Amino acid sequence: MAEEFNVLEHELVPEHHLLPEKEAEKVLKELKLTKDQLPKIRLADPCIRALDAIAGPVEEGMVVKIVRRSSTSGVSVCYRLVIRG
Amino acid sequence: MAAKSAIEVFLRKGVDDKTSQKLVEGGYTFTKVARASDKVKRDLEKLLGEKKLKQLLEAVKSKERMPRKKKEKPLKKPEFAKKQLPVKVPERTPMEVRLFKILDKSSRVLPHAVVSEIASRLEGVDIPDKLLEKMIDLTIERFETHVVDPNESVGIIAAQSIGEPGTQMTMRTFHYAGVAEMNVTLGLPRLIEIVDARRVPSTPIMEIHLEDAAQDDLEKVREIASNIERTDLIDIADVDTDINTMEVIVKLDRKKMERKNITPEEVLRKLNKAKGVKGLAEMRDANIVIRCDEPSYKKLQRISEDTKLCPIKGVEGIQRAVIRRVGGHFVIYTEGSNLEKVLEIAHVDKKRTSTNSILEIYEALGVEAARNAIINEASRTLEEQGLTVDIRHIMLVSDLMTSDGDVKAIGRHGISGRKSSVLARAAFEITSTHLLRAGITGEVDTLEGVVENIIVGQPVTVGTGAVNLVWAPGGKAEGEK
Repeated sequence: MAEEFNVLEHELVPEHHLLPEKEAEKVLKELKLTKDQLPKIRLADPCIRALDAIAGPVEEGMVVKIVRRSSTSGVSVCYRLVIRG
Repeated sequence: MAAKSAIEVFLRKGVDDKTSQKLVEGGYTFTKVARASDKVKRDLEKLLGEKKLKQLLEAVKSKERMPRKKKEKPLKKPEFAKKQLPVKVPERTPMEVRLFKILDKSSRVLPHAVVSEIASRLEGVDIPDKLLEKMIDLTIERFETHVVDPNESVGIIAAQSIGEPGTQMTMRTFHYAGVAEMNVTLGLPRLIEIVDARRVPSTPIMEIHLEDAAQDDLEKVREIASNIERTDLIDIADVDTDINTMEVIVKLDRKKMERKNITPEEVLRKLNKAKGVKGLAEMRDANIVIRCDEPSYKKLQRISEDTKLCPIKGVEGIQRAVIRRVGGHFVIYTEGSNLEKVLEIAHVDKKRTSTNSILEIYEALGVEAARNAIINEASRTLEEQGLTVDIRHIMLVSDLMTSDGDVKAIGRHGISGRKSSVLARAAFEITSTHLLRAGITGEVDTLEGVVENIIVGQPVTVGTGAVNLVWAPGGKAEGEK
């Protein structure tokens, strides 16, 4: 198969966005959290791999913004910290 | 590669990369260097130089060994034709934009669903900003009465809300539900399976949607289905063992083969590639004959077994594929599941195809997809039993299970077994083991959770118990100076 399937396009997968360092700090300040209190996502996660290929290199310690479609709140935004593994 | 492991031995002893490569290329192994006579040492000196030799001999003599490096899987690097992040959230309507602007101005927040509901009711109505503002004020006032209070113990509420209706579930329902004559685990066993994050569900099922070009064409759908369904040799042929001539004879069943669209040549090719039978098969008349290359009955027996299980066609792990018409289109349902491989098949609609194996979704599509899958599967299981559980409870469970970046089970091996507090773990299961181990390693319990505080008889850290009042004596508080 010539074209590889982008997992981010699957209907089960919500939007993933890479947050620039500055914006991540702003978000953490707003939520009064430290980085390690965020939920995690692995560097080897298929979505992170796809994000890496599209939006530039993703490294450990970066924050990923996830925009979910939720049945209770319509659109909900959450953040995950990229960890190793 | 043998040389690679030889190099690794040197590396673990602290010899640098280049030297160890040179050594192995020169035909030296670790033992040779370690037991080197003077002559060998001289040879080595020629190869490496005096300084390096000294280092090498020291390194070889030292008892210390570097820990074996854990092999890390190289990260996949997918390449896409179009470099663009897909957008999945619907765009905001003009009215929604107006409402959000008002909210942003006063830096207040309302969930998207509430805003879009107001917007959809106001569609086409001309309304001044002032009135909108008032409406939002009222909405927020109402909304705040419904918000969960800070320090509310949502976990316990979720556990009760799922647990109580759970008692109403039939213990074992083996239902032939919905999907064409397919056996699906439902009810409590299925719910337990989801929450336990079991690797393979007891009845793995895939729902394979097809691309527009194929989903209405029954012939094509049949072809795709037969390509997905796993066919072993035994499914299309009889396998006999002839002890006199030391041969395994495969009698192909033409009718079955025709139905599955397989040619004898294809079978022969697959057989010659298969493990255990490699290169031994040949055509004779209408049959395929495999000659045993050793005069051993044991080997003959093994060949016969390998032949029977030789995969001819299909995706590993998928036993059966059934075609059903859903909403005017054909959808393939399968018994058995292998998401990663099925997503590689042509004409499969990769965006909608899904499985009920949560671990497989995690591996192929990531944590966020697994989170969604847990929510979907759990709420569907409860719904099928006629139980209504608010989805927020299930979402909480699912969030907890996926918060570490992978799917963790609820229970001894998962979340409850990994609590940081000793007392909380001991209160859950295998009390003495936890306490003993904590005693040996000198664990400290900071009494931050609920269970620990109940055990020691303190107010628990939820609700009003989580708030501490501090009185600052001296009339004015610091902030008021």
